[in-house]
Amino acid sequence: MKKMFLSLLVIAGFGIYVLALRRSGSTSVGTVSAPGLNGSSNTNSSIPSSVPASGYKNGTYTGSVADAFYGNVQVQVTIAGGKITDVKFLDYPQDRNTSRQINSQAMPYLTQEAIQAQSANVDIVSGATATSGAFQQSLSSALQQAS
Amino acid sequence: MLTMPVTVEIIGNGIRRADFQTVYNIFNQADRIFSTFRDDSEISRINRGEISIHQASPTLRYVLALAEATKKDTSGYFDIHRPDGLDPLGIVKGWMINEAAKELRRRGFKNFFIEVGGDIQADGLSEEGKKWQVGIRNPFNKEEIIKVVELSAFGIATSGTYERGRHIYNPKKDFDEANKIVSLTVIGSDVYEADRFATAAFAMGEKGIQFIEKLPDFEGYMINRNGVATLTTGWKKHEIH
Repeated sequence: MKKMFLSLLVIAGFGIYVLALRRSGSTSVGTVSAPGLNGSSNTNSSIPSSVPASGYKNGTYTGSVADAFYGNVQVQVTIAGGKITDVKFLDYPQDRNTSRQINSQAMPYLTQEAIQAQSANVDIVSGATATSGAFQQSLSSALQQAS
Repeated sequence: MLTMPVTVEIIGNGIRRADFQTVYNIFNQADRIFSTFRDDSEISRINRGEISIHQASPTLRYVLALAEATKKDTSGYFDIHRPDGLDPLGIVKGWMINEAAKELRRRGFKNFFIEVGGDIQADGLSEEGKKWQVGIRNPFNKEEIIKVVELSAFGIATSGTYERGRHIYNPKKDFDEANKIVSLTVIGSDVYEADRFATAAFAMGEKGIQFIEKLPDFEGYMINRNGVATLTTGWKKHEIH
């Protein structure tokens, strides 16, 4: 089985500049055991090579009340084994009829969860190349207490 | 200047440099036609009024037709019309990855992925004989992966706030709504479908995930500014972590 790997950078929208064109042998790609990507031969440096552990302390933490457009949201996070095991909404927009209707329409049955760093080997990453702000508002304040 | 990483991995026998070159050529050709960052591209010439759409290449007219069809499919949330002209990047990226994937299939390859700026077409299996393991980046911390999905013969695309500069454009101007969502990842039958619907659904803000939920065979993972994700009902079938 042969495998080849190409990596380049697209500049200015998708104007393409070849940064690197790599060939690898039959086994040199795809076997890295470190968390994160296994793209050790991938010269694209914008993709992370490690995933830090969460490091949260066990317990239940209540975040501050945050404005959620149609009303307030307050989140309670339970940490067990250093990981988020539960997120409860203590306060949820329901003070007005419009809010109640909007909520029942907007979130009929879709599951919600707090995002959480994963330690896993992956072949490739989907997502942004730039960062936005840090965690804010209710959930982040709860997690700050836990760390 | 916006930079976009491109990664192509092919697994199989008899792979030649020319196989990668053909992918490169497709992207380069797309760039020559569609890049609004190039003064000499066809799209820039149209935007300056030097040529009409009717004088444009068949490829450009075809992609503009795809964009118009997508606008209809998304109640106008997908729109390449800007105050300063046409910006088709929101549809070209997925389209050109899809075209490159078709070319690799024509060449007989069954196991590969192609990634451009976080949008991916994944065919077949990885070298380990498993479905491709695709991580989803934490929109708040690019060093982290917050989800891992397994894909084979699927496309995946993520739209996020950082892209909104030009790529994500909200034609309906309800920015307060859209600003609450920082990232929306869509899995679809191919990367073209995933990309165009991710772009449109992201512009819808919180209700974007409901739009994806209603699309048959599409799944989505939406992250709001509080770090809370909303999943479509079938998302878990792709998820392994």
